[in-house]
Amino acid sequence: MTKNIHIDVDEHGYYGRFGGAYIPEMLHPNIEQLRNCYREMIAEPAFKAEFDSLLKDYVGRPSPLYYAKRLSAHYGARIYLKREDLNHTGAHKINNTIGQIMVAQRLGKTRIIAETGAGQHGVATATVCALVGLQCIVYMGEVDIERQAPNVARMRMLGAEVRPAKSGSRTLKDATNEAIRDWINNPEDTHYIIGSVVGPHPYPDMVARFQSVISEEMKWQLQEKVGREYPDAVVACVGGGSNAAGAFYHYLNDERVRLIAVEAAGLGVDSGESAATSVLGTEGIIHGARTLLMQTADGQVVEPYSISAGLDYPGIGPLHAYLIDSRRAEAISVTDDDALAAALFTTRTEGIIPALETAHAFAALNQMQYGPEDVIVICLSGRGDKDLAAYETYLNRL
Amino acid sequence: MNRLTELFQSKSTGILNVYFTAGYPTLESTGVIIHNLAEAGADLIEIGMPYSDPMADGETIQQSSMHALKNGMTLDVLFAQITAARQGTTIPLVLMGYYNQVLQYGPERFVAAAKAAGVDGLILPDLPIVEYEAEFRHLAEAQDLQVTFLITPQTSEERIRKIGAISTGFLYVVSSSSITGKSGEITPEQEAYFARVAALNLPQPRLIGFGISDARSFQKACAYANGAIIGSAFIRALKDTEDVAATTTAFVESILEPVL
Repeated sequence: MTKNIHIDVDEHGYYGRFGGAYIPEMLHPNIEQLRNCYREMIAEPAFKAEFDSLLKDYVGRPSPLYYAKRLSAHYGARIYLKREDLNHTGAHKINNTIGQIMVAQRLGKTRIIAETGAGQHGVATATVCALVGLQCIVYMGEVDIERQAPNVARMRMLGAEVRPAKSGSRTLKDATNEAIRDWINNPEDTHYIIGSVVGPHPYPDMVARFQSVISEEMKWQLQEKVGREYPDAVVACVGGGSNAAGAFYHYLNDERVRLIAVEAAGLGVDSGESAATSVLGTEGIIHGARTLLMQTADGQVVEPYSISAGLDYPGIGPLHAYLIDSRRAEAISVTDDDALAAALFTTRTEGIIPALETAHAFAALNQMQYGPEDVIVICLSGRGDKDLAAYETYLNRL
Repeated sequence: MNRLTELFQSKSTGILNVYFTAGYPTLESTGVIIHNLAEAGADLIEIGMPYSDPMADGETIQQSSMHALKNGMTLDVLFAQITAARQGTTIPLVLMGYYNQVLQYGPERFVAAAKAAGVDGLILPDLPIVEYEAEFRHLAEAQDLQVTFLITPQTSEERIRKIGAISTGFLYVVSSSSITGKSGEITPEQEAYFARVAALNLPQPRLIGFGISDARSFQKACAYANGAIIGSAFIRALKDTEDVAATTTAFVESILEPVL
């Protein structure tokens, strides 16, 4: 039996009661122009052909689906890794920035802005800007600039200007606020490339669509490897939720597939230092979308915490709010320490150093129930080069 | 009658609307500021409900909001303060903030509390027209609260007319495409835009805001609308002040004094 899950948003950008475009009037013309242009472009075969060609020859897609033999033996399940870490720039983020830079060019924009947490989206944006020769400004929380220094250096090498966000907890949420303010101040020449399935409509829909290549490939890769197009479970980490949206996308209506969204519990869900939005959040508005949000009773946004800069966000994309609220997806929370242990275990078991964000998805295996024949796909969203400082600190602590 | 309606019926030019962040510089400033703004000659007061993530606001209002929240400002505290301040004045009061605050308080409970406190209108810049019509308009109308919408230099004539048709309050003419807090001279392009909007002959009063910071820019804006709104410049004047009452009075006088 299949549930009627709304992959496509309604005309006002809602998944059920989540989504919409809660933006000040100053952003309205840009958002409307973007929505119209994007709708027009995705209907064009020529756009699809150019997008696919760049994903193949520039990004290096399809990304492999790798059978993790030793992890499988350890956990007692058939575990496959969708290797988004092998994409150019080292994460899934580039799938979206390739699509959006094409939209920005069609719109005639000459200046690109982006927010970034872990720096992967910033690097992916700086990369496509270098590819087409556009100016690039990336907003990044001061705390994240420090904890993800290698990616800051990469962005600068690529010609981007990295501007520190100094308000709030000086992390991803605050970088997003600054990027939105920049867009309000520069409505004519600027396109804002949002890096996750967050923000006002059409962003969640657009980013999910550009990331949907992940599950599109999984279908034929699973057919080849296990003789059926679907796994029993897909596991992905969720900050805003773009890699999860891409990995879930083509299975949303297939109830044979469990969808597992893994959130950052930080120091623990009840510690006051957490980013587990599905547990701690209530319905609210952040960055232009009605979704689940960590907030006080008075509607003030609560500063989140996670060791992982990419998951350190008080909201969640409206698609995920909808999937979790309707019980189509299950949410699992993983602490900093469990993620670090999983990163080390994955590295020494499979020879793959995952990003700290992705490490949360691996750690979720310890909390899941499954049988020995179950096929589990983990979306290996990014590589861990950027996190070596945190991993070294962890190793020294052991 | 709604106090805003009364104001616009009795005065059609040179209306001074001053914005301040509730709970700044101190938690107890709210009443003092309302009293002194009204006494010194402001026509209308916009009370900012401090928000943790004010995406349309520049650094000045971000900072004042952070301070106000640290000072302990909440919606319940604010409604109590407005109720008290309302005893001493008939000046129209408009609440400005972000829709998430209303959503958490409960939209129906919010408009009832605002009305009971003596509020006359609301400005919720991130409440979209579609959601306003679907879930908020009837609640605000039931409490006779007038809802103001923003237009910008980028808003098309068609959309301005659409917004004009659903807006129950005055129209907030944003002077330039920017966040709050920009100051400087009003440019010829901005004047052309103000004139263009004026020529539309919209039914409701218009107040120009964003970037209005002194007597000069106030008067220039007033030439094209029923009045203007000053926010960040007043917040900057309040910063580090020892005497909120005197600073408030002096600020209003500085705006209303004739420009030579």
